[in-house]
Amino acid sequence: MQNSIGAPKQRLSLSDPKVRAWLFQIITIVAVVSMGWYLFDNTQTNLQHRGITSGFDFLERSAGFGIAQHLIDYTESDSYARVFVIGLLNTLLVTFIGVILATILGFIVGVSRLSKNWIIAKLATVYVEVFRNIPPLLQILFWYFAVFLTMPGPRNSHNFGDTFFVSSRGLNMPAALMADGFWPFVISIVVAIVAIVLMSRWATKRFEATGVPFHKFWVGLALFLVIPALCALIIGTPVHWEMPKLQGFNFVGGWVLIPELLALTLALTVYTAAFIAEIVRSGIKSVSHGQTEAAHSLGLRNGPTLRKVIIPQALRVIIPPLTSQYLNLAKNSSLAAGIGYPEMVSLFAGTVLNQTGQAIEVIAITMSVYLAISISISLLMNWYNKRIALIER
Amino acid sequence: MKMLKSTLAIVSAAAVLGVSGFAQAGATLDAVQKKGFVQCGVSDGLPGFSVPDATGKIVGIDADYCRAVAAAVFGDATKVKFSQLNAKERFTALQSGEIDILSRNTTMTSSRDSGMGLKFPGFITYYDGIGFLVNSKTLGVKSAKELDGATICIQAGTTTELNVSDYFRGNGLKYTPITFDTSDESAKSLESGRCDVLTSDKSQLYAQRSKLATPNDYTVLPETISKEPLGPVVRNGDDEWLAIVRWTGYAMLNAEEAGITSKNVEAEAKGTKNPDVARLLGTDGEYGKDLKVKKDWVVQIVKQVGNYGEVFEKNLGKDTPLAIDRGLNALWNNGGIQYAPPVR
Repeated sequence: MQNSIGAPKQRLSLSDPKVRAWLFQIITIVAVVSMGWYLFDNTQTNLQHRGITSGFDFLERSAGFGIAQHLIDYTESDSYARVFVIGLLNTLLVTFIGVILATILGFIVGVSRLSKNWIIAKLATVYVEVFRNIPPLLQILFWYFAVFLTMPGPRNSHNFGDTFFVSSRGLNMPAALMADGFWPFVISIVVAIVAIVLMSRWATKRFEATGVPFHKFWVGLALFLVIPALCALIIGTPVHWEMPKLQGFNFVGGWVLIPELLALTLALTVYTAAFIAEIVRSGIKSVSHGQTEAAHSLGLRNGPTLRKVIIPQALRVIIPPLTSQYLNLAKNSSLAAGIGYPEMVSLFAGTVLNQTGQAIEVIAITMSVYLAISISISLLMNWYNKRIALIER
Repeated sequence: MKMLKSTLAIVSAAAVLGVSGFAQAGATLDAVQKKGFVQCGVSDGLPGFSVPDATGKIVGIDADYCRAVAAAVFGDATKVKFSQLNAKERFTALQSGEIDILSRNTTMTSSRDSGMGLKFPGFITYYDGIGFLVNSKTLGVKSAKELDGATICIQAGTTTELNVSDYFRGNGLKYTPITFDTSDESAKSLESGRCDVLTSDKSQLYAQRSKLATPNDYTVLPETISKEPLGPVVRNGDDEWLAIVRWTGYAMLNAEEAGITSKNVEAEAKGTKNPDVARLLGTDGEYGKDLKVKKDWVVQIVKQVGNYGEVFEKNLGKDTPLAIDRGLNALWNNGGIQYAPPVR
């Protein structure tokens, strides 16, 4: 429009910052793409020249080896693709349990470090300093070789009421098998959750309107316990238990948590919790003492002060570094190869790579998996962080 | 550490594979001669095959094989550098050019010989088979058929993983495999009772047993459930280097067959009347030149390393803690199946 009126026509010139910006971006893209293409092409040529098979056909071939722990059904004649899924699930299992336990333990230790009780505070300090400063692989090896493998064999296992057995083969426990009442029971839990959500909404609304508090937690807990219990009483038990029995070399029946899983989860939990404790402590410390005094002067007691004033503000400081700790835990789970827990790296980037010899494909897949897991955790935590962020008006 | 090391090895190998040049015929020998030594991939510590002794020198039949190749190429058996590799690292190390020979109790199979960029020269250092090591005191098992439901320790990335699975499936038995990166870890787990059984090539089982705290409590079960011909491996596409590695082994067998030992080889080289021996030792013909090694290559191999029988006895034989019988590994005219084509 302006040009047509008669302003001087703009020409492409390097002195124009816009042109420069575009130019540099184009150069960067061309450089990155051609570098990538060069690497890809060179790899392909070399693989072909050396007669190394490439491509992803191997995923359909049958694996032919056994796996100690698989969350989905698996036999030796299943494909490498299924082995991949098993490795992925095993990694996710450790990450999931580890994140939950480390968060709980980390919060407890972090708060304990600030406790007015001298012994508790010092114990928490010692915990943090010890476990934060020992490399995670050593901790994994310690739990595995020094703790779990020194347990007695299955025939002399520690027996807890004939239901739980701890031995060098892991933790054997009764298995819950689906009974007639299983699906009604699941439905009753869903009903309970819906009831809790409705109750909580109603309570919040009433609180905002009238200022009368409501015991959300206790009522919620009651709902959660009573509804499924009634269902089980009326329709019948949701599960029946299968006890582990010693037979031949080992326990038969029931569920078993293998020592590799226990050692790995425990080591990663204890290690990561030490970092989380420090993060929690710094978060709480970041809320100035004036906030506490202000809350007290408004008549809030210690509990509500912590819950409604301190923690919401502390969380804004805690969440971003907490995300990195979760990512670290997910990535550290790959150290399991040292103790033979069949996760992604040990199973897929280890055994499968070796049996097929297709290093590039296998490593590429494995790296993408860790990238995907890490990005998912990041996105989830960023979403949560946004939700709890201070809304500035 | 182990994990980090192997991951690094694999990733760097993948990277090197991506950017290094072509493998051409003759390239390996040229490169070896230029750098002045043979880079040899051996195990991470397997008595009798390749294990560091008290002075840190790697000893064993696999290590001696690399020394023999160095003796043939340089006339000096000490011109070898060793890389200790675990089972998972070994093929990538060879594919990427990190090592020139893989001499690491590796089973020859068709899939490893094709599609992985590797070639087995075909010489078999040791004819082996998979067996089971159990604690005879606590288990009281006499045969592998009684192993239903057992937990089994295996080394990751080996043919053992596949063969054990075949055996148990074939016999309708159940088992739980626990796989470790190194043979030491699996042995430790057998001792601690994590597994009922340690399974591996039988030669390895004897070696592992000798390292346990109470070796006499452990027995190797009588069954041999698979064929495991162990031999050296080279990269695909370099026939010249493959021939050198292959004929080094055959030369050692031929020397044993002709009765040439490290003690008498120099005298034989000078004064032999036997035309076979004259060809083998380079006094007649140019067989070494055709292979592009020293003219007196066999003399150097036998003088500095020994013939096959000497190397076997020194590392695995009756006077060693392993005390393994020659068995299948005896010469063909002596009840075994070691049979070398002639040098001529």
